[in-house]
Amino acid sequence: MDNLPAEQLAGNFGDVMIVGGGISGIQAALDLATAGFKVYLVEKSPTIGGHMAQLDKTFPTNDCSMCIESPKFVECSRHPNIEILTYTEVESIEGEAGDFRATLVKKPRYISESKCTGCTVCVEYCPVKYPDQFNQGISSNKAIHIYFSQAIPLVTYIDDTCLYLKEKKCKICQGVCKANAIDFNQKAERMEIKVGAVVLAPGFEPFDPRLRSDYGYGKYENVVTSLDYERLLCATGPYEGEIRRATDKNHPHKVAWIHCVGSRQVIPGGKTYCSAVCCTYTQKQVILTKDHDSEAECTIFHNDIRSYGKDFERFYQRAENLPGVRFIRSYTSVGKEIPGSKNVTIRYSTPQDGVKEEEFEMVVLSVGLNPPADFKSLANKFGIELNSHGFCKTNPVNPMETSRPGIFISGAFQGPVDIPESVVTASGASSLCGALLNYRRGKLAKKRVYPPERDVSKEEPRVGVYICHCGANIGRVVDVPSTVDYALSLPHVAHAEESLFICSTDSAQRLATSIREKGLNRVVVAACTPRTHEPLFRDTLREAGINQYFYDMANIREHCSWVHSKEKEDATQKAKGIVRMAVARAAHLAPLQEFDLPVHKSALVVGGGLSGMTSALSIVEQGHEVYLVEKDSELGGMARRIYYTLEGLDVQSYMQDLVKKVYRHPLIHVYTDARIVEASGYVGNFVTKVKSNGMVATIKHGAAVIATGADEYKPAEYLYGQDDRVLTQLELEEKIVHRNELVMNAQCLAMIQCVGCRQEDRNYCSRICCSHSIKNALKLKEINPRMDVYILFRDIRTYGFREDYYREASDKDVKFIRYEVDNKPQVEAVEENGKSVLRLVVTDPILGMELAIDADAIALAAAIIPSAASKEIAALFKATLNPDGFFQEAHVKLRPVDFGAEGVYLCGTAHYPKHISEAVSQAYGASGRVLTLLSHDTVTASGSVCEVNESECVTCGACITACTYGSIDFYDTPQGKKARVNPVLCKGDGLCNTVCATGAIVLKHYTDEAILDQIDAAVPPEFPRKEANSDEFRA
Amino acid sequence: MCSGRVDLAFVLRAFSNGTDGVFIGGCHLNECHYITDGNHHAASMVQLCKKLLAHIGVNPTRLRMESLSAGEGIRFAEVMNEFSGDLRALGLLGKGEGVDEKDLNFRLEAATKLVPYIRLVERERLRVRFNSVEEYENFFSSDEVNSLFKELIADKLAISQIMALLREKPRSTGEISTALGMDPSEVSKHLINTAKQGLARFDENEKRYAPVSVRM
Repeated sequence: MDNLPAEQLAGNFGDVMIVGGGISGIQAALDLATAGFKVYLVEKSPTIGGHMAQLDKTFPTNDCSMCIESPKFVECSRHPNIEILTYTEVESIEGEAGDFRATLVKKPRYISESKCTGCTVCVEYCPVKYPDQFNQGISSNKAIHIYFSQAIPLVTYIDDTCLYLKEKKCKICQGVCKANAIDFNQKAERMEIKVGAVVLAPGFEPFDPRLRSDYGYGKYENVVTSLDYERLLCATGPYEGEIRRATDKNHPHKVAWIHCVGSRQVIPGGKTYCSAVCCTYTQKQVILTKDHDSEAECTIFHNDIRSYGKDFERFYQRAENLPGVRFIRSYTSVGKEIPGSKNVTIRYSTPQDGVKEEEFEMVVLSVGLNPPADFKSLANKFGIELNSHGFCKTNPVNPMETSRPGIFISGAFQGPVDIPESVVTASGASSLCGALLNYRRGKLAKKRVYPPERDVSKEEPRVGVYICHCGANIGRVVDVPSTVDYALSLPHVAHAEESLFICSTDSAQRLATSIREKGLNRVVVAACTPRTHEPLFRDTLREAGINQYFYDMANIREHCSWVHSKEKEDATQKAKGIVRMAVARAAHLAPLQEFDLPVHKSALVVGGGLSGMTSALSIVEQGHEVYLVEKDSELGGMARRIYYTLEGLDVQSYMQDLVKKVYRHPLIHVYTDARIVEASGYVGNFVTKVKSNGMVATIKHGAAVIATGADEYKPAEYLYGQDDRVLTQLELEEKIVHRNELVMNAQCLAMIQCVGCRQEDRNYCSRICCSHSIKNALKLKEINPRMDVYILFRDIRTYGFREDYYREASDKDVKFIRYEVDNKPQVEAVEENGKSVLRLVVTDPILGMELAIDADAIALAAAIIPSAASKEIAALFKATLNPDGFFQEAHVKLRPVDFGAEGVYLCGTAHYPKHISEAVSQAYGASGRVLTLLSHDTVTASGSVCEVNESECVTCGACITACTYGSIDFYDTPQGKKARVNPVLCKGDGLCNTVCATGAIVLKHYTDEAILDQIDAAVPPEFPRKEANSDEFRA
Repeated sequence: MCSGRVDLAFVLRAFSNGTDGVFIGGCHLNECHYITDGNHHAASMVQLCKKLLAHIGVNPTRLRMESLSAGEGIRFAEVMNEFSGDLRALGLLGKGEGVDEKDLNFRLEAATKLVPYIRLVERERLRVRFNSVEEYENFFSSDEVNSLFKELIADKLAISQIMALLREKPRSTGEISTALGMDPSEVSKHLINTAKQGLARFDENEKRYAPVSVRM
């Protein structure tokens, strides 16, 4: 806290303000706060979470959206460096990079956030029902309510439909609130905060199909948007996970989806760009619909299917191969509503049957992504420029930069993107903020200070049991006082008491005092779930001066009162049982130390291409040394062969600058012609040996970034390698730039897409080739407008704003001919009128006719394939590869640049083919993640890890084979080789315990003794059969 | 802690305590929350344990594993209701199977004693990896596994139980056969083997088998 004037240490001074609390804002906040900055997270709605919280599942893994996002909410709310300001908007901002002053307005919730415990009794009593926004207005909620049950902060707010606010009537909620949290005198509060940088993460607005009367949305009740449908699918949705129609509440059996609603449309009310996510989310909804009802008939009316992402192609196939699923390529319009049944008709046409009209029980509109609703005022307020679509105008080689220094963006404000991209750009924006504010890193960051831990090793277990009413949540079902009495009768229990809300801030303080005063050395809290509350109570134990692992939680809410609300007596018995089990376990708990390991504050970057260099520079700009290892003799990678982008960037001059910057930076050590010969160590402490120019260097580093890139497939098809006039797109680009005769003199040039991918042996889409081909086609048309350019494609996948270039190419008379995978084009070299040409024969699926094109040259969109080095690198750094050979990130959605192995990060085409701007985002993203590690002097390892009792170890090695993390090895002891656990690598899954024949290896905190005692305690002692288990039979 | 940490011994302990059913919930296969796929270990352990239970006369339906994600509350409730319905239909542990309570406890005890040995067998012979529960079920009900199970585990278990009975008092083949619910010819085969190994001997006076006292 040095170097800063006192006024700056006052409450309103921070490092970064993040505007928007969706997944992108959350990730940016967590990365920045962990990397040592104080963050204000400003969200205009009553909770953080954004649109991701509304989704049922996420593609392509179909993970439950809320389940993966909500732990991040808790992490944010508990982070000492994050201040969450919900229901708050930015009114104005002044100043410049490093010194911004923002005026915020906090809307009145009419609830004291510090007093409200989230018990929701008020919600039950509130008489006003209004459409629930979280459920897209399909079901209703009350005027006072919590936005959704995982909301952060988990407190209510009062909507303007409140009777008291409107007519000064009612106030029932005030009467029933035991916490006195309701305050109708609240007014909007204005506050000023000072920050050094801003990250805008305002997200997107779903396209409103009401703007286009031809979809019948808002007119026909059984036409819903895809976001409405997400809520219908979701277990927390309006019908608790049952898909029902608005009109008769029946389950629709025959459902249709219409793609590109509000996207790829050059008509008033539509958007010209492609929204990038709708194809795949529709497939997800189809798969989930079939999960709900295996007999459902699903029909998808689509244009191109854009499965351009990692594993999207397989996902598409999965949806397509389900029985009763039809994908129909056709433009459509919604016809009419059938009186009586309220079914809706769709008109479409197929080459076989012509125009048809078909009836569906429900129609889902796959709506696109619009810029945030208030994009104009947002731009004015923050003084940033927008692009023609209303999204933020960004720097093509740094998509997180706005036109105003110090203001960065992340997530969908840069254009339609999916969740991983939103997370990547969040980490990227945090890296950019880090570089800007590196001089003040850590100065405002808080660390909690705890009293020293009391040594209780000589004491008998003294268990304290705290049983929570959770307002009425538990108390009205479970007899809490009798459960307290029962707890007191259990062995080792020294104290038991009840609490109305044990989690409220003042109760937690009372708990700490109670632990100290009663001399307790084990604590059981019987309340809700450890998933959200264990960190809080562990913290309380630390504040009370005892080890945080002396804590167990008995979940008598989710596991008991909520599911047995009608069986009060039995529920009380069960609650007692749960408490009994927790107490049995608690007696066995041991104090464990989370130990700190020093961090080598430097990073190794493997791969000196665009991504590797960008990542390296971003890390060194934040003060850490980087060792950059490149296998070739020159830096640059694949980008050396790219000259321009679709958007017009001069790639070569950009790359030259970048290479220069890398070589000139004193903190970057470049190794070219280099190979990694050995890698060992773990997070914070890696040791890697690099062989370069005959010398072997031993590098110690805390983090590693894998940026090994990808290669271009060498085609074996279409006469490639046999006829010099058949080129790959990269070769064509080179020839265009060098004004090569073959290309310059060509009257006709044909391009073939999907060469070597989207087929059985390479079952993925290479993502970039469509845009790449269109880029070169446009260039050719620019050079010679009379040249005939053909693109033979399967689906044109110009997602996002690239769609505009597809349209431009079409307007400039580039001819697009679709072919089917089972009827690929044929190429042969023939003489025609004394001239040698390449004859392409292709069947047009719409005309059903064979077309012959005589081309002077052919360019093949060859697949992007994993780099040859991937396998070796993966083995060295314990990283995994996906079935296609690309590196597999830790979590597709939420940890897109992390690996399962800690301290190792991923970026660029090593992850999957991607465009330059995407690779740059990911490179910054990886640096952002690296900084969350390197900005600390130490890493903390969990205390719940395995340990070997050496005298029991028989050196069989079973544990070593069971450990995926490679945390166990043999070492020499006077008694011979014994297994030992490296606690830093151990993740505490305990698999080794179940394979150890002698029980020598023990997972601390979950020992056999504790678990077996807990199992024994599951059966009440008075249960007669326990007696029958005595030794009598054997005696 | 992972579902793969759930030990065979934990499950047997629960049944020894008179619990009527044991449920194990884990992540969906191939969606491991660690990166270790420990749920595959659990799926395998459950299949093996079911075999063991069936072998000692406990209805294997009493042990159930389901893959359930945190987002599947409704499915969880369904599974729980279904499982408790199944257990109710089965009746109390032992009573439902028509096995005497003492006998059952005795058999569970013997099985528990064998857990360290089963771990070794599992590691050497039964470590498999499939992508679906059905494949695990199919594998563990295959002839190959059946004969392995008999050869490696069932015989051991039988001998372990016979020896425990003999340590109480000398018994005849018929008495053992009744106590263990085992075919007399099987019992006789095991007794001959244990005698060969010097673990038990036939007492001519009592016309019963008795254990050979352990020489240290």
